[in-house]
Amino acid sequence: MEGDIAQMGQFIGAGLAGIGSGAAAIGVGHVAGNFLAGALRNPSAAGGQTATLFIGIAFAEALGIFSFLVALLLMFAV
Amino acid sequence: MATEKEGGLVFHPLDQFIVKPLFGDGAVHWYTITNVTLWLALAVVAIVALFVIGTRGRAIVPSRTQSIGEVLYGFTYKMVEDVAGKDAVKFFPYIFTLFMFILFSNFLGLIPMSFATTSHIAVTGVLAAAVFLTVTILGFVKNGTKFLSLFWVSSAPLALRPVLAIIELISYFVRPVSHSIRLGGNIMAGHAVMKVFAGFAAIAAISPIAVVSITAIYGLEVLVAAVQAYVFTILTVVYLKDALHPAH
Amino acid sequence: MASGTETTADAAQGSSGMPQLDFATFPNQIFWLVVTLVIIYFVLSRIALPRIAGVLAERQGTITNDIAAAEELKQKAKEAEEAYNQALAEARVEAQKIGAEAKAEIQKELDKAQAKADAEIAARAAESEKAIAEIRAGAVESVKAVAKDTTKEILSAMGSKADAKAVTAAVTARMKG
Repeated sequence: MEGDIAQMGQFIGAGLAGIGSGAAAIGVGHVAGNFLAGALRNPSAAGGQTATLFIGIAFAEALGIFSFLVALLLMFAV
Repeated sequence: MATEKEGGLVFHPLDQFIVKPLFGDGAVHWYTITNVTLWLALAVVAIVALFVIGTRGRAIVPSRTQSIGEVLYGFTYKMVEDVAGKDAVKFFPYIFTLFMFILFSNFLGLIPMSFATTSHIAVTGVLAAAVFLTVTILGFVKNGTKFLSLFWVSSAPLALRPVLAIIELISYFVRPVSHSIRLGGNIMAGHAVMKVFAGFAAIAAISPIAVVSITAIYGLEVLVAAVQAYVFTILTVVYLKDALHPAH
Repeated sequence: MASGTETTADAAQGSSGMPQLDFATFPNQIFWLVVTLVIIYFVLSRIALPRIAGVLAERQGTITNDIAAAEELKQKAKEAEEAYNQALAEARVEAQKIGAEAKAEIQKELDKAQAKADAEIAARAAESEKAIAEIRAGAVESVKAVAKDTTKEILSAMGSKADAKAVTAAVTARMKG
């Protein structure tokens, strides 16, 4: 460790922010899994809801991307 | 991160996003022709090639390029009609422009050594801001002050409504932020991750794993490129529906 | 942390940090983006989309026409089949009629022939009966004559004079019994 303490803080923070990506993955999996469960119960209604599925996945994934962005900012921009 | 080798493992995952002039080394003025200009122009060329040159036959039985264009047209048209209703169809060219631009930029950005224009917050921010402004102005022009009922949830108990109104208001203004960062962040993340793995490939011991990983991530990125274009478009359509029919 | 990463971070910081946050390039990107979007919008809305919409509408029209034509042809085929079926049924009825007529004619002729044959047979039978009756009558006569003669001979042989009249009466009585 030859960097200063602030840089160490940046890297630790970036790593912690990376956890958010995993959390977003849980969220996306939850959305897709519940969609599949519902779709298997009522397959005729599933076709019309794929747009909703993608919107849900997009919202869940956006937050993961935010955490990734925070990590990137800590690594390269701060 | 990987262990240090004697040459030093150097990561430049974000260098691919640097905007630089195409000719010479000067400063980047607003009119300078840069790599951004080149890849935006290539997106235009691709779109013209598919939709103008590809459909010039106007064949009843379509050629291959023409049927691709028709599928994209039909897909987007149906999406606008299904989600936002019949009266949103007159905004179809606007939405189709956004969709095609993002789709082609995403795919062009996936070409090795290319420049992903949609990975830049400046680009996606302009797109999202354009959508946000259009939708907000359209909402007020079409519905007047009734557009504000979007924030006043009339189905909730009266005591909760002010709180919900604040939440709705915040979420409304966060829309362009998340809208732009979702697209830019996804594309940037994919490209940066690929670059990081490409850096790993320099180490002989793990280079096979790295190359396989790059291949896998590339496949994922192809999917992400299409899905993010679709998501951006469908969110635009959903916002448009909110503007045209603000009642919940 | 590897020092390589640090140098990267330093280098990145040295140049511009994240390229996405290098605000000096924003006017350039936004300008060219707006130019691009305007070009795409005009190309799509003026040339491509009307053309594709036209092609789709035309195809829809062609398909509708073709379906209508196919429907018409189907109708025609159905009519033709009906006409064929009708003709077939008519032919069948005709054939049955002809068959029945022929059968009736044949029956008539057959009846006639049978009647003729019956009459002939009857006539022949009557003739035969008559002949038989004659023969039988002849036979009875002969027997009577023979019996009379025989009786006469026997009587004469026995020495008594035969009374012709009595013999005849006796033979006739015997013959009846």
